[in-house]
Amino acid sequence: MKEKQILLAHGSGGSMMHALIRDLFLPAFDNPYLRKGNDQALFDTPSGRIAFTTDTYTVQPVIFPGGTIGELAVHGTINDLAVGGARPLGLSVGMILEEGLDMDLLEMIVQRMKQASEEAGVPIVTGDTKVVERGSCDKIFINTSGVGIVPEGVDIDGANARPGDAVIISGSIGDHGVAVMSERRGLQFSTPVVSDTQPLHKLVKRMLSVTKDIHVMRDPTRGGVATTLNEIAGQSRVGIEIEEERLPISDAVMGACDLLGFDPLYLANEGKLIAILPEALADDVLAAMHGLPEGRGACRVGHVIADKPGIVRMKTGIGGTRIINVLSGEILPRIC
Amino acid sequence: MSVLASFRDSTRAKSILERIRARRTGPVSVMEFCGGHTVAIFRSGIRSVMPEQVRMLSGPGCPVCVTSNADLDRAAALAKLPGVILTTYGDMLKVPGSHESLAQVKAQGYPVEVVYSTLDALKLAERHPDRQVVFFGIGFETTAPAAAAAVLQAQAKALKNFSICSVMKLTIPGAKALLSMGEVRVDGVIGPGHVSSIIGAQAWDFLPNDYGIPVAISGFEPLDILAATDAILRMIEEKKPALVNAYSRIVKPEGNRKAWNTVQRVFTLHDASWRGFGDIPASGLALREEFAAFDADRRFAIDIDPAEEHPACRCGEVLRGVVTPPECTVFGTVCTPEHPLGPCMVSSEGSCAAYYHYQRQAT
Repeated sequence: MKEKQILLAHGSGGSMMHALIRDLFLPAFDNPYLRKGNDQALFDTPSGRIAFTTDTYTVQPVIFPGGTIGELAVHGTINDLAVGGARPLGLSVGMILEEGLDMDLLEMIVQRMKQASEEAGVPIVTGDTKVVERGSCDKIFINTSGVGIVPEGVDIDGANARPGDAVIISGSIGDHGVAVMSERRGLQFSTPVVSDTQPLHKLVKRMLSVTKDIHVMRDPTRGGVATTLNEIAGQSRVGIEIEEERLPISDAVMGACDLLGFDPLYLANEGKLIAILPEALADDVLAAMHGLPEGRGACRVGHVIADKPGIVRMKTGIGGTRIINVLSGEILPRIC
Repeated sequence: MSVLASFRDSTRAKSILERIRARRTGPVSVMEFCGGHTVAIFRSGIRSVMPEQVRMLSGPGCPVCVTSNADLDRAAALAKLPGVILTTYGDMLKVPGSHESLAQVKAQGYPVEVVYSTLDALKLAERHPDRQVVFFGIGFETTAPAAAAAVLQAQAKALKNFSICSVMKLTIPGAKALLSMGEVRVDGVIGPGHVSSIIGAQAWDFLPNDYGIPVAISGFEPLDILAATDAILRMIEEKKPALVNAYSRIVKPEGNRKAWNTVQRVFTLHDASWRGFGDIPASGLALREEFAAFDADRRFAIDIDPAEEHPACRCGEVLRGVVTPPECTVFGTVCTPEHPLGPCMVSSEGSCAAYYHYQRQAT
């Protein structure tokens, strides 16, 4: 790009906007859908149900340990499709750019999105760009929406948890929250914590190849594991019991949380899922998950009970019991 | 096993709990003075594993909670003065004053900034020479040294735009006030860990000497608290009240003299108003005359209406250990973390918040 910074004219609909799209976005996201240059992408749909989701990314800072807003925006929407059991077909990208945004930074973010999209095998099929006056947004906000196909026989729903089901988490929790928080506060830990941002659709596919009888799946992003489990307990009208000692939390995250007064159960994750499924299937599903890098740390953390519907309880390390509440207020604004 | 995990080890916890259960104390009440302990006790579920005869009580050790509405109203008024940036700890923002919280003041467009230490407020003052940066300083002996250091630095740098509105308080006069009121039975005290790291373990020997109450200074890990509780129960059982330092990896008998001397150099004692207690003589830290230039109360003239309390809020009694949060009729119904009537529901160290987040319907 000739300009070193984003100008209002880059969003005007005129020649500069077309140049930005032609020279930056199209080459990066190139695929047959985009190449057609239409106002929409057209998909041939296989049988099954269509999953549709959207999310907007405003993370600050836009570059954090282990990722940027770019791959976060790709992974996050893929994951929202994946945890519904959907095979993602394509994503849309809507960008809101602040006047004066550094062009190198934008190019870097776009490259990260390209890479994330290619690695995941999920094309960016349509997009939009707006530029707002300096001060009207913070550098860059990205919206991604996605569509996917849920295969026949898969019925994953927050209301499907049943007493006796096992509760599984796909890996360590709290990493993204600590990574963003430490970057924002200029904190450095001797063991750096990096964001876990990663796509989960391949992991979900692997899990569904073992059994289609997965009752609930969620990715515990904002609000963390605690809030997600509460949502499920409420939707399914069941109680959930987890064990503190089984929670996968790295020493670095634990240490950072102790220092900063955060509870890892409430910190955001960007590459983890919670699955609730019949106990009898849990071992086989876990074994399959362990075969992929994104599921290597998968483990059982608790189970679903009939007692105390809507309540999530935790057996603490010393053998006590406490409830796990939903997140109240905000721990950290704008972490995704 | 990591260092942290070793302080949460279930096998060791079980063996201490067995000792606790075997103690022949009869029914006893053990109070933790420190809000940090309150939260740690709830988070680790310690109350749920204690034998029935051991009743655990929370005391007045949450600095946000004991801040009076008059002081909160003063902070809100300071934030609204032209040219002022009010800085404070994040915990203060949601606490309702007589009419509004600092979060509501901020939402109206007045500059209220969250800082992690007084020194951050000082840096803000250096970055904004055209603005008056006021630090609304709450806290006990633990936070006072940083506030004192900030004042000394501001003096050394001849900063003209930094001041402190001090509502800092001392724990020992608070503890004495609570015990002198005689409203609650206290058979043993879990002594504050961080406060004692500054003022020293010895500062608490008045408890066994003057009141016949055993005290164990404790850290904040589950095993720390269990071990301290066991030490207290042992002393009750043996009828030998004494001071035990069960947090000796951090707390020295004499404390941190350098830090405490800095506090004493900058601050002097004054009668402070505590929520639930009223005025307690010589319990607050005010800037010495020598540092009057950094005293927000002397720098800015503000006029505030008499403070009002919400009639249904029982935070004062909660802080004195007279009622437990669930005994308050508005707990969890009208008063919630989203819509608090009093500070104990929103401070991260508040008893009501601890009950609300960790204990409702747990058993």
